[in-house]
Amino acid sequence: MPDLKNIQNDYSAKLNNNLSLEEINQIKTELFGKNGLISSQFKNIGSIPETDRKKFASDLNQIKDELQNLITNKINEIESKKINEKLEKEKIDVTLPERSFVRGKIHPVSQTIDEISSIFSEIGFSVEEGPDIENEYNNFTALNTPDNHPARDMHDTFYLDENKEILLRTHTSPVQIRTMLKDKPPFKIIAPGRTYRSDSDQTHAPMFHQVEGLHIDKNINMGHLKGCLNYFIKEFFEVEKIKMRFRPSHFPFTEPSAEVDIGYEIKDGKIVIGDGDQWLEILGCGMVHPNVLKNVKVDPSKYQGYAFGIGIDRLAMLKYGINDLRAFFDCDYRWLNHFGFDPLDVPSNYRGLSR
Amino acid sequence: MKITFDWIKDHLDTKFKEDKLLEQLTNVGIEVEGVENLSAGLDLFKVAKILKTEKHPNADRLKVCDVDVGEKEIKKVVCGAPNAREGLITVYAPPGAIVPKSKVKLVVAKIRDVTSYGMLCSESELNLSDESDGITELSSKKYGKSIGKSYFSKLNSNLIDLSITPNRPDCLGMRGIARDLAASGFGKLKDLKEKKIKSNNNQSLKVKINKEKNQACSSFGSCLITNVKNTESPKWLKDKLVSIGQKPISAIVDITNYVMLDINRPLHAYDADKIEKGIVVRNSKSGEEFTALDNKNYKLDDGMCVISDSKGVLGLGGIIGGTRSGTEFDTKNILLESAYFEPRSIRSTSKKLNLDTDAKFRFERGIDPLSIEDGLNKAALLIKEICGGEISKIDIQRIEICKIKTIKFDTNLFEKITGFKISTKEILKILEDLGFKIKKEKNYFKLSAPTWRPDISQEIDIVEELVRITGYDKIKIIDPIKERTKSTLTKSQKLFHFLQRAIASKGYLEAITWSFTDSNYNDHFKDKNKEIKIVNPISSDLGVLRNSIFSNLIMYMNKNLDRGFKDLSIFEIGPIFTSSNPGEQNTVVCGLSAGKKSRLSWIEKERNVDVFDVKRDVVQTLVEAGYNSDRFFIDSETPNYYHPGKSGRLFLNRGKDQIAAYFGEIHPNILKKIDIKTESLMGFEIFVDNLKLPKKTLKDQKTKFQVSDYQKSERDFAFIVNKEIKAQDLINAVSSVDQKLISNIKVFDVYEGENIPENQKSIAISVTIQSSEKTLNDNDLENINNLIIKTVENKTGAKIRS
Repeated sequence: MPDLKNIQNDYSAKLNNNLSLEEINQIKTELFGKNGLISSQFKNIGSIPETDRKKFASDLNQIKDELQNLITNKINEIESKKINEKLEKEKIDVTLPERSFVRGKIHPVSQTIDEISSIFSEIGFSVEEGPDIENEYNNFTALNTPDNHPARDMHDTFYLDENKEILLRTHTSPVQIRTMLKDKPPFKIIAPGRTYRSDSDQTHAPMFHQVEGLHIDKNINMGHLKGCLNYFIKEFFEVEKIKMRFRPSHFPFTEPSAEVDIGYEIKDGKIVIGDGDQWLEILGCGMVHPNVLKNVKVDPSKYQGYAFGIGIDRLAMLKYGINDLRAFFDCDYRWLNHFGFDPLDVPSNYRGLSR
Repeated sequence: MKITFDWIKDHLDTKFKEDKLLEQLTNVGIEVEGVENLSAGLDLFKVAKILKTEKHPNADRLKVCDVDVGEKEIKKVVCGAPNAREGLITVYAPPGAIVPKSKVKLVVAKIRDVTSYGMLCSESELNLSDESDGITELSSKKYGKSIGKSYFSKLNSNLIDLSITPNRPDCLGMRGIARDLAASGFGKLKDLKEKKIKSNNNQSLKVKINKEKNQACSSFGSCLITNVKNTESPKWLKDKLVSIGQKPISAIVDITNYVMLDINRPLHAYDADKIEKGIVVRNSKSGEEFTALDNKNYKLDDGMCVISDSKGVLGLGGIIGGTRSGTEFDTKNILLESAYFEPRSIRSTSKKLNLDTDAKFRFERGIDPLSIEDGLNKAALLIKEICGGEISKIDIQRIEICKIKTIKFDTNLFEKITGFKISTKEILKILEDLGFKIKKEKNYFKLSAPTWRPDISQEIDIVEELVRITGYDKIKIIDPIKERTKSTLTKSQKLFHFLQRAIASKGYLEAITWSFTDSNYNDHFKDKNKEIKIVNPISSDLGVLRNSIFSNLIMYMNKNLDRGFKDLSIFEIGPIFTSSNPGEQNTVVCGLSAGKKSRLSWIEKERNVDVFDVKRDVVQTLVEAGYNSDRFFIDSETPNYYHPGKSGRLFLNRGKDQIAAYFGEIHPNILKKIDIKTESLMGFEIFVDNLKLPKKTLKDQKTKFQVSDYQKSERDFAFIVNKEIKAQDLINAVSSVDQKLISNIKVFDVYEGENIPENQKSIAISVTIQSSEKTLNDNDLENINNLIIKTVENKTGAKIRS
C-alpha cells in the first residue's frame, strides 16, 4: 500500500519539473510500460487479500488516472508551446497591399436610366425602345409638326440624306408613334434613349439622352399627368417634399402643353432640390394632341392621355452634382471613376434607388 | 421678344408692379428669359463741352482735351476722334462708367504717358447709332445749357426678354401680351380708339396681285404719303425703341418698327419715286435677281413671292425689301405697304435663300390678316405728324377673303381634359377677353377665333386657352396607382442591363461616346460595312455614324493613355449602324483593355494584358448571362482590325448561326496608324442582338438537383498533335467518348520545343471520369482510357505521348 502513495508522490513531483518531450515519454514508460510501476501493480491485484483488494484496485485506478492526466497535460503544454514558437517565426506584415483588383463602374447616365425605369416600373410603366435613325414622318409629321412649321426650327436636326427624309431622332417622341402604331390602347410606356441635335456648346451636346413617357387610356387627364410627374420627381430626387411648378408652354404634339420647373437653392455651392425660391426647368409635357392620336389610328374621342419628355443627362447632373454636360461623353478615366457607380449598385424598389 | 412694362402699359391699365408682371407672364405661358436694367449706370453719362484741344505730345492722331463736365474741375481726356474740337458739346463718360456697346468699365488710364480721366463717346459706343467715325455732336442750341446734366433721360422700366413659343405670333406685339395679361385678371386691356386716315386723295400708284398658282400674297394694302421730310425721330419714339434695345435710325424706319413691335404688324416703306409704273405682286421666275436691304444680292428660284415693278424685283414679300426702292433721309414720297403673306411660302423662300429677318419671323408664324388697315392708319398718321406731308386713301387689293374659323365647343371637354371644373360664366369671360366671338347653340358654343390667333383651330385649343388663363396651379394632383400589369423590361432589355453590369464587374469603366465618329477612325473598324455620312455634321471629325464602337473607344483610350494612365479597361454598350435605314442598327458591348496586369506588384508577377484576359471576360459574362460554355464554338475568323493570329470568334453553339462575340488583340498596324502607346491593347465585341434569348425563365432553368456520390477519378493524358489542331478539337473528341461518364476536361499544359517534333505540339489534358450509377473498377477505367486515346488519335491525328 505505501508503495502506491510513494509512486504517486514521486512522480507528481517529477512531472512538475521542466521536462522535455523525451523525458515525459521516459516517465510514461516507467509508469505504464509493460513492466512499469503502475502496470505491475495491476498485475498484483490478484495477490492482495480479498478484504483490501477492492480498495487497492480503486486507489490504483485513481492514481493511474491522475498520473496519466498529468502526463497528457504536460505533453499538450509542450506541443502548444512548440506551435507558438513556430507561429512566432511565421509572422508577416499584413499591412502590405493585398493582391491587385480592378473595379469597374457604371456610367451615371446608365445608372440614372435604371433609376428612372425602376420608379416608373412601380406605377405600371413598361420600357419601349426605338431606333436612333428615324424617318422625317415619325420624328416630325406624325407628331403634328408638319414641314414648314416654325417649331421644326427648335430642333437642329442631323440629316442622313439630302432630301431630309432620314435623320437622327431629335427627341424620343417618335417612340410614341411606333408604340401606338404597333399596339392597341391603352398605352403606358417610357422610352429612354439617345437623341441628337446639331448643337454644341458648354450646355449643349450633339448627343444627349431623353426619356419619353406616354400614358393613354380612357380617362387620363392633366391631374394624372401632374400626379405622375410629382411622384416621379419626389422619388427620383429621394426627397420628402418637392416644389414643382407647371407652366403653360407649347409643343406641337401636345395640347395643352406645359413645362415643369422644380424649386431649388444653392447651399454651400451645391444645388439642393426641393426647396428654395429658384426655379429650374426639367421637363416638357402635355396632353397628347388629338391630331397625333389620329395619325396613329387611335380614336381621340375615346382615348386621351399625356406624354412627357425628360432630359436624362440633366437629371443626372442635378442629382449627382455634375456641372459639366460635355464631360459625360469625354470618357475621362478620372471622371468615370469619380462619378461612376459600382456595378452591384443596381437601383431597385426594395433596396432603394441609391445607397 | 423684348418688352418693357411701360410699353405694355400703353395697352393695359393695371395696378400691379413689375415683379407681379413677371410672375403673371410665366403663369399664362409667356416665358421670361431675363430681366435687364438698361438704365443702370447711364446717369453717369454727362453732357459736356470741350474747352480746349491740344495735340498729344507722343501720338499724332490723339488729342488731349480739356472738358467742362459741369464740375469745378476741368477734366483732361485723351481722345482720338477727328471731330474733337474746341466748343463741341458731346457726351462724357467718367471713370467707373460702363460703355453700353463694349460693356467695358472705364478707369483712369495713362495713354502714351498722358493721364486720361474718362472718355468722350461716339454714338456707336452709346448704342445710339452705327456712327463711329467721331464723337457725338450735340447741338449747342439744345444742349448748351445742359452741361453737366445726365445725357440719358431716366428709364423707369426694365428690359424684359421673353421667349415666345412659335404658336403665338400675336405675342410678338405688345398688345397681344397685354391682352393675355388682361384675360388672366392682371388688368384691363385699353380700348385705343385709333384714329383713321381721312383723305380725299386716292392712292395713285397701281397695285396688282397676280392671280397665279401658289400666290402667297392674299391681300396687299397701301397708302401714299407725299411731300414728307424724313428726319430724326422725336425723343419719345427714340426712347421707346432704345428702351427695348433697338437703335433709332430715321423717323420713317422707326415708325414702321414701332408699329410692328406695338401691334405685330410688319410694314414696308418704299420710296414711291423709285417705283416704276406701279406694283405687281407675283411669283418670281428662276434667275431673277435683286439686291436686298442687307446689301446682299439674291438669285431667285421659280415661285417666290416678290413685290415688283416694271423694272424688276423690288423685294421679297414679307421677308426683305430691296435697296432700289429703299427710303433715305431725302425721300419725299413714300408708299407704305401692309400686306398678308402665307406662312408656308415665307418659310420655304427664306429657307432656300438662307435669309432670316424680323419680318420673316413674324409672317412665318402668321400675321393677323385683319390688321392691314390698323397698321396703315397708325403708321401713316405718325409719319404725317413727324415728317409732314399728305396721306392718300388706303388701297387694299385682295384675291382672297379672310375666313374666320369657327369651332364648336362643348364646355364638358374642359373638365374631361384638365380634371377640374370652372363655371360657364368664367369660360365665357376668358374667351371674350381673348377676343373670341361667342354664339350659344343648344349643347355647345359656337366660337369664332380671333384672326390674330392662327394657332387655334379645334376644340382642344380652346381647352388650352382656358386652362392656361385659369392657371395650371388649379390642376389637382391625382396620385398614381402602384399597379403593374405588364413586366417593365422585355427579355432583351433585361439581357442588355445584365451584360452592362456583368462587364463592368470585370473591371471595365463604362463610357458613353457619340453615335457618330471620325471617318478616319471609322475606316479602321468598319469591316465590310458601308460608311454612313451625316449630311450636316457638327464638325468634319464627327462626320459619319459609327460602324463599330471601337473607333470612338480607341480614340478615348488613347486620350486616357496620354493622361498618363497605363492600365485601364473601358467599355461601352450601345448602337452601331449598318445602314441609314431606321432600325438597321445593332446593340454591341465593346470593350478595350490596355497595359499590364499587376504592374509594380510586390507579390504578383507583372505581365501584359493578353487575349485570354479578354476571352475570360467575354466567356464569363456570357456564362453569367445564362449561356452554356460547353456548347460554345470558337474559331479564328475575325475582322481585319484584330490581330489575325491572336483573335477569336465565338458562337453560342456549334451550329455557328450567329456570331456572339469577337475577342483578341487589336491589329498592330492600327495602333501604329493612330499612334497609340501601350504595352498591349486587347478588345472584344459582344453582339447583343445575336444572342438567342433564353426561352426559360430563371425558375424553369433550375432542373432537378442530381449529383453522383460515386468515386470519381482523374486521368491525365498528353497528346502530340500537329500545330494547327486546336485545343477545342481535342476537348470535343474526348467529350464525344462518353458524355455520361466524362464530367470534366481540363487543359493543363501546352508545350512546343525540345523533344517535340517540329510543327507539332504537346497538349496535356486532365479528364474527370465519374459514373452516376456505380463506382468504376479498374477494368472500367482502363476501357475508358483506351477509348479516349483511340478516339482522340482517330479524330485529330494525335499520338499519345508515352
